[in-house]
Amino acid sequence: MRRTIPLVITFLIGLYPIFAFFVPHGSISGANDWLDSALVIVAAFALPLGTVNVVMTNTTKLKRKSRGWQYSIVLLAGLTVMAFYGLVGGTGVHPSFQWMFVNMVSPLQATMFALLSFYVASAAYRAFRARNVEATILLIAAIIVMMGRIPFGDMMTRGMMTPLSEWIMSIPNAAAQRGIIIGAALGAASMSIRIILGIETTYLGTGKD
Amino acid sequence: MKTPLLFILAAAAVVLASQAPAPAVLAGEIQGLRAFDSPGDGGESVTLEWEGGPSTLVSIMRSESSGGPFEEVGTTIGTDGAYEDYVEEGRPYYYRLSYRIGDQDYVTAPVGPVAARSNWFRSYRLNALVLAVLMFSLVIYYINAAKRGKDLYIRRISGISAIDEAVGRATEMGKKIIYIPGIMSISDIQTIASLSILSHVAKQTAVYGADIEVPNKDPLTFTAARETVKQAYMEAGRPDQFREDMVTYITYDQFAYAAAVSGKMVRERPATNFLIGYFFAESLILAETGQSTGAIQIAGTAAPTQLPFFVTTCDYTLMGEELYAASAYLSKEPILLGSIKAQDIAKALIIVTILVGIVAYFFGSTVIRNLLASR
Repeated sequence: MRRTIPLVITFLIGLYPIFAFFVPHGSISGANDWLDSALVIVAAFALPLGTVNVVMTNTTKLKRKSRGWQYSIVLLAGLTVMAFYGLVGGTGVHPSFQWMFVNMVSPLQATMFALLSFYVASAAYRAFRARNVEATILLIAAIIVMMGRIPFGDMMTRGMMTPLSEWIMSIPNAAAQRGIIIGAALGAASMSIRIILGIETTYLGTGKD
Repeated sequence: MKTPLLFILAAAAVVLASQAPAPAVLAGEIQGLRAFDSPGDGGESVTLEWEGGPSTLVSIMRSESSGGPFEEVGTTIGTDGAYEDYVEEGRPYYYRLSYRIGDQDYVTAPVGPVAARSNWFRSYRLNALVLAVLMFSLVIYYINAAKRGKDLYIRRISGISAIDEAVGRATEMGKKIIYIPGIMSISDIQTIASLSILSHVAKQTAVYGADIEVPNKDPLTFTAARETVKQAYMEAGRPDQFREDMVTYITYDQFAYAAAVSGKMVRERPATNFLIGYFFAESLILAETGQSTGAIQIAGTAAPTQLPFFVTTCDYTLMGEELYAASAYLSKEPILLGSIKAQDIAKALIIVTILVGIVAYFFGSTVIRNLLASR
C-alpha cells in the first residue's frame, strides 16, 4: 500500500493534464487549474520545512563549532532580522525591511550576477583554446559571432561580420539547438510515460513493497 | 410593331445591365465580415474574419444588441483579416468594424449574434494527439518486447558510465560529493530525472562509504531528495550511515543559493560535483567554481541555453535526452531500457519526417510543414 497509493495518484494526476491539453471544455480545464493552484499551496507548506532545516543545520554547526561556523552566525542573524521586520510589517512592507532589501539583499544579488561575466571570460578562454579541429571551429565561429555583435567588427570588415554572424546563429546554431530540443522533448515524453505507468519509481523514494 | 420593339429594347437593356461592371470596391474597403465561435477553445473567444481592409488600424466594435451602442474592444491592422475577441462564455454579441480610408470614415454593417461555446476537442492539436498516441504505443510495444526477453541495444553514454567512476574517486580521496539537483521544483520533469540519478549515486556512496551532500534551492525538491537519499541508503543496507544533514535546504533565492554552494565548494573542496537538473544563470557560477577547485564534474540538463556552459566547464555532460535516459540506463532493467528504445525509434521517425518535409518543400509542397505546425 505504501507504494501502490502514490502510484495510483501519480497515474491519475499525471494523465489528467494530458487529457486537459486536448480537451478545452471548462469542466476539464477548471480542475486542471485547480491542480496548478494545489501545487503552489503544497510548495507553500514545504517552505517552512526548508526554513526549519536551515535553522537546525546552522545551529548544529554553531554548537559543534564546525568548519565555517562564523558564517552560520551571519546567516541566522540575517534570517531572524529579516523575518522579524517582515512579520512586523504585516501585509505591507516595513521601512526597515525595505531598507535592508534595497541596500543589502539587492546589491548582493547584483554582485553575484555581475560575477558571471568573469566566469564567462574564464570559461571562454578554456573553451577557445584551439587544441583540436572541433575547438578550432568553435573558436573561429565565436570570433565571427562576437565581431558581428559589435560595431567595431563591421567597421573592420566593411559590414561583412553582421550577416555572417546572423547566419551562424540562425542556421547551424539554431539547427543544433532544435536537434537537442527535439531529443529532450522525446526523452521527457518517454520519462513521463514511465512515471505515469509506474515503471519509473526511483523518485518516490519508497523502494519496493 | 410596338410590342416586339419594346420587348427587344427591354431584353437589350437586361443584357447590357448584366454585362455592366459591378460597383467598384474601394481599395482597403472591408468586405465579407463574419463572426463565429473560435473553434477548439474553452469558450473564451469569438473570431472575426474579413476580406480586404486598410493597412491602418481598424477598431473592433462590440455590442450586446444589433442596434448598439457599440463600444471599441480592440484594434488591429486592417490587412490582418482576422481578430480574436475574448468574451464571456455563452453571451451573444454583435460586431462591426470601424476604419478610415483617406479622410473618409467607414463602418461595416453589424454581424451576429455570436456566442462563445466550450468545445470538447482542440482540433488544431490533432497532430500532437497522433504523436502522443504513437509515442505511447512505441513505449508499450518495446516494454513488452523487453519483457519477452528481446535483446535491446542501447548505445553507451560516457557521462553515465562515469558516474560510478566519479563516486569511486571521491571514496579514494576521502572527500565529499556534492549533488546539485537543479533549482526547479519537483513539478519539473528534469528534477524528477535528477532525483532518479541521485538515487543511484546515493546507493553508490552508501556502498563505498563516501560522503554526499545535496544542497537544495526548492523546498519541495528538498523533501523529495531527502526521502530519495534515505531510501537509497536503506536499499544499500546501510541505513545507519544516513544523516539528516546529507540533504540540506539553502534558500529560495537563486543567487544566494549559487553563492552558498560556491562557498561550500571552495571551503570543502569536494572530489566530485554532480550538477544535474534544470539550471538558469547560476549554472556557470557553480560549474566554474567547481572546476577551479579541481573536482571531477558531471553535469546534465535539457536546458539548451545552459548546455554550452556545462560542456565548457564539466568533464562529462548529459545532454537533453541523455538526462532522461540516465535512470533507465543505470538501472539496467529491461523494461526501462525498452522505453529508451522507443524514444530512439520515435526520434528516427521524426528525423525521416523532417527530411521528407525538406525535400517536399523544395518541390513546392507545404503539406508536411502544415501537418507539423503547432499552435
